[in-house]
Amino acid sequence: MKKQSLLLSGMKDGIPIALGYLSVSFGFGITAVGLGISVLNSFIISLTNLTSAGQAQGVSIIAANGSLLEMALVQLIINMRYALMAISLSQNLDKSFRLRHRLIAAYGITDEIFAVCATRKEPIKPMYMYGIIIVSTAGWTSGTVLGASAGTLLPSNLISAFGIMLYGMFLAIIIPPAKKSFSVLLVIMVSAGLSTICKYLLPFISGGFTVIICGIAASLIGALLFPVGEEKKA
Amino acid sequence: MSIALYILVMAGVTYLIRMLPFAFFQKKIKSVFVRSFLHYIPYAVLSAMTIPAIFYSTGNFITAAAGTVVALILAYFNLPLIVVALAASLTAFGIDFLPF
Repeated sequence: MKKQSLLLSGMKDGIPIALGYLSVSFGFGITAVGLGISVLNSFIISLTNLTSAGQAQGVSIIAANGSLLEMALVQLIINMRYALMAISLSQNLDKSFRLRHRLIAAYGITDEIFAVCATRKEPIKPMYMYGIIIVSTAGWTSGTVLGASAGTLLPSNLISAFGIMLYGMFLAIIIPPAKKSFSVLLVIMVSAGLSTICKYLLPFISGGFTVIICGIAASLIGALLFPVGEEKKA
Repeated sequence: MSIALYILVMAGVTYLIRMLPFAFFQKKIKSVFVRSFLHYIPYAVLSAMTIPAIFYSTGNFITAAAGTVVALILAYFNLPLIVVALAASLTAFGIDFLPF
């Protein structure tokens, strides 16, 4: 029963992620079939990768008949941030999170699932994370199939309005802690500032790299100026 | 080249990036500096992903900015994730119908 309620609470927290994914993966589905990839293969790509930027870049490599080495390197660079997130998450796992659970749940480390898990105060239990992953994956794959098979049927302004959903969710995650903690607010501002500089002054840095560089730089500044003691972990 | 091979490489690399650190970083990190660094990582990463990308997220700066303002206000008042996310989206959608 305990496991069930944990799974359910994870599934509930997965709903906003799934809705956001639905719209983003809808766009991915449209792009993929546009590049000549079948609906089934688009679905398989979404199910096995569960990542937006990596997949978008991946299908363009497939369409351009790129090499497997190029594919591997591009995925490595774009998705490198997940390694950082995985290390961060590994520090707040419940004791019940044994190796087999880690091997399975690692599949579901995405920006959004990480965000929801990493900002929880209590240690993460496997069932909770599975709940989020199941619902999010359902949203991601069904959006892909819908976009791949019926993408042109919806009005375009509706689809584009969906594009802001995940970002809205990110703001809802970072703003409340920033109200309570000056150091978190500072880290958020520094990171946003650096990312804006990267976007406009250093446009040759890819989106994935920008996130890594800004995330590391802002967190280093935070850790130098405001070290966090065990008891103060906000 | 077979698309199955591409998908295999793509999925394999992506999984390993996530799995290796997640499965084999079992020890608690003792260093206060490293712990603090990891404490700030989620906020820094999410902030860098959101800004300035949110202003381009709808393909129209005005609708995206309106959605952002609404999201900021609702987030400030601790509204649930889904409410903030949907309100940002609906605002962007609604603003799109205004005659300017």
